[in-house]
Amino acid sequence: MENKNKKSFLERMGESQVWKSIIRSGVPRSRRQRMQAILGSVFLHLHPARIPKHAVKIGYTWCMGGLSFFLFIVLTITGLLLMFYYRPTVEYAYTDIIDMAEQVPLGIMRELHRWGAHAMVLTVWLHMLRVFMTGSYKPPREFNWGVGVLLMTLTMFLSFTGYLLPWDQLAIWAITVGTNMARAHPFIGHEGPGASLLAIGDINLVHAGSDVRFALLGGRFVGEASLLRFYVLHCIGVPFITMILMAVHFWRIRKDGGISGPL
Amino acid sequence: MLQTIKDIIDILSAPTVSFTFLTVAFPFVFPPTDWFEKIHRKFGIWRLWTKPGFYGGMFAITFFFVVGYFDPNFHVTLTKADNFPIILMIYSMFITIWWSMYQAYLNDERLENGLKPNEYNDPDDKVLVWPDLVYIEFIALILFMVFLIVWSILVAAPLEEPANPAATPNPSKAPWYFLGLQEMLVYFDPWIAGIVFPMFIIIGMMAIPYMDINKKGDGYYSFKERRIGMFIFMYGWLVLWLFLIVIGTFFRGPNWNFFGPFEYWDAHKVVPLNNVNLSEYIWVKTLGTGLPANILIREGIGFLVLVAYMGILPILLAKSWLKNYFQEIGPVRYTFIMLFGLSMLALPIKMYMRWLFNLKYIIAIPEWFFNI
Ligand code: HEM
Repeated sequence: MENKNKKSFLERMGESQVWKSIIRSGVPRSRRQRMQAILGSVFLHLHPARIPKHAVKIGYTWCMGGLSFFLFIVLTITGLLLMFYYRPTVEYAYTDIIDMAEQVPLGIMRELHRWGAHAMVLTVWLHMLRVFMTGSYKPPREFNWGVGVLLMTLTMFLSFTGYLLPWDQLAIWAITVGTNMARAHPFIGHEGPGASLLAIGDINLVHAGSDVRFALLGGRFVGEASLLRFYVLHCIGVPFITMILMAVHFWRIRKDGGISGPL
Repeated sequence: MLQTIKDIIDILSAPTVSFTFLTVAFPFVFPPTDWFEKIHRKFGIWRLWTKPGFYGGMFAITFFFVVGYFDPNFHVTLTKADNFPIILMIYSMFITIWWSMYQAYLNDERLENGLKPNEYNDPDDKVLVWPDLVYIEFIALILFMVFLIVWSILVAAPLEEPANPAATPNPSKAPWYFLGLQEMLVYFDPWIAGIVFPMFIIIGMMAIPYMDINKKGDGYYSFKERRIGMFIFMYGWLVLWLFLIVIGTFFRGPNWNFFGPFEYWDAHKVVPLNNVNLSEYIWVKTLGTGLPANILIREGIGFLVLVAYMGILPILLAKSWLKNYFQEIGPVRYTFIMLFGLSMLALPIKMYMRWLFNLKYIIAIPEWFFNI
């Protein structure tokens, strides 16, 4: 009882100049301070300060959108660490991967990155399923559903481009199977319908050395240039677009009136 | 005893059997009309979406995997590190779909009794994000990270032999999330299975909110109010996407031949391939005249079939069976729904034409890489 008036360490910290300069509201205790804690933080204010009860339930959102985002961050960080060790050339790629497992202390970065990537495909699918199941794509959220579909596509493409990088049998053949499709792209793949129509006289514009598959692989086969292209797409190109779309996605959740719910 | 069960499962998992079973059973599990609903109730299929249904489903899946784990053949595919996500996928999809349907049925009942859905709260009675949401997010994030770390410690990321462009593995498989597309390659040429269908899937999915103009069931679980939309989406998602992934992963071996889960992947298994094009059926087998030299005449019937299916059928439907529906949604929406819907339906149709008549292509113009 005698401690009643004595301030706890946390309380004193919450009143210190340092803390208050960072978190203006002090230690979030009162209702006002708690709302301030959300509104005053760049990161937390992605959320509104108050939300309807059903929206915080795991049973409603399954946390899957949030976990997808979390996985994206985990993948960014682990991916960055992998980039320290990995060189995207036919000569080094495979051995760098082996080195990573054998030489790097506590080396589970590659595992975290790979399994995290698989998990992200799954969480994104589950998120999509829950949005469908709760009918949350209906107006006014049509546009955000569309952004979501693009995010899902990009997530799978990210995973796909990463698949090549270990440069083992699994990698090049999975990518060979995948990119063989591009060969059959109507008009712009050299074995696609309509490709032969794009010709000037006898000269075919679309052939194995100029079609969309060639553009993707940087060659006629999965080789050195493909590795570099996939590396650049995987580490910079696709994440960059994904990040922009995520920003749009989150912004729109708020603008569309927050998490959906019955009226 | 166990061997018999395995043999039965092997036979049942052949795409011809399992796909047919799923397709026929589907409308009774997700009933789109009153008639299906009646049978759904009468035979107790609705119990799948109750707690006993949940335990039953979980037991069946687990039984399948446990038996598989101790089977020398299934063990090989099942324990591939890269296949673990599919096991996760099967469990998580079952759990989440069960949960959604369970909640939906509770809500359907409430709505029928004039109550608001379970999710409903007084709009003035909100909770604070700090601490109520932030903490949940924090805990979810920690638990998930623990899960991921344990997974990463237990299962090493696979690394096979160094890349060798000269040695094609058999089978060569795409990453698991694309195996549905690779499975479609059995029935369609790459330009359709690999390009047109994926584009239609992406654009069609983006178009869902614009095609489904049913305003009900927004923001809570429900089934009855939107049963047709649910039925179509779930068929596409569960059968045409997820199930094809399962087939592609577990049931496709060397040369992309079918193998039951408990069957040995024999690279020398010979499957007779005597697929015939529609034009050959007509000109060679029926008329006995041999294929005409003119490509367009040769494939004329195929083009007619295509135009009838994609062009005339929707018009006929709009004038008869779907008349009211057409009037309700208007021509633009109707056109897109038909475009995406009929394309989606084309997959099972083509599968059955292959299985029943060995039909290879409806239109076969290899000269232009134009095979359908
Ligand atoms: C990288 C992928 C994605 C991320 C990080 C992401 C993130 C999120 C988050 C954090 C939410 C808040 C609610 C929740 O967690 O459920 C949300 C809501 C939403 N997401 Fe996503 N999402 C992704 C992909 C998708 C996909 C694939 C779709 C649909 C095809 C989608 C459609 C939506 C819609 C419509 C909402 C609003 C739901 C509501 O109001 O109930 N998102 N997203």
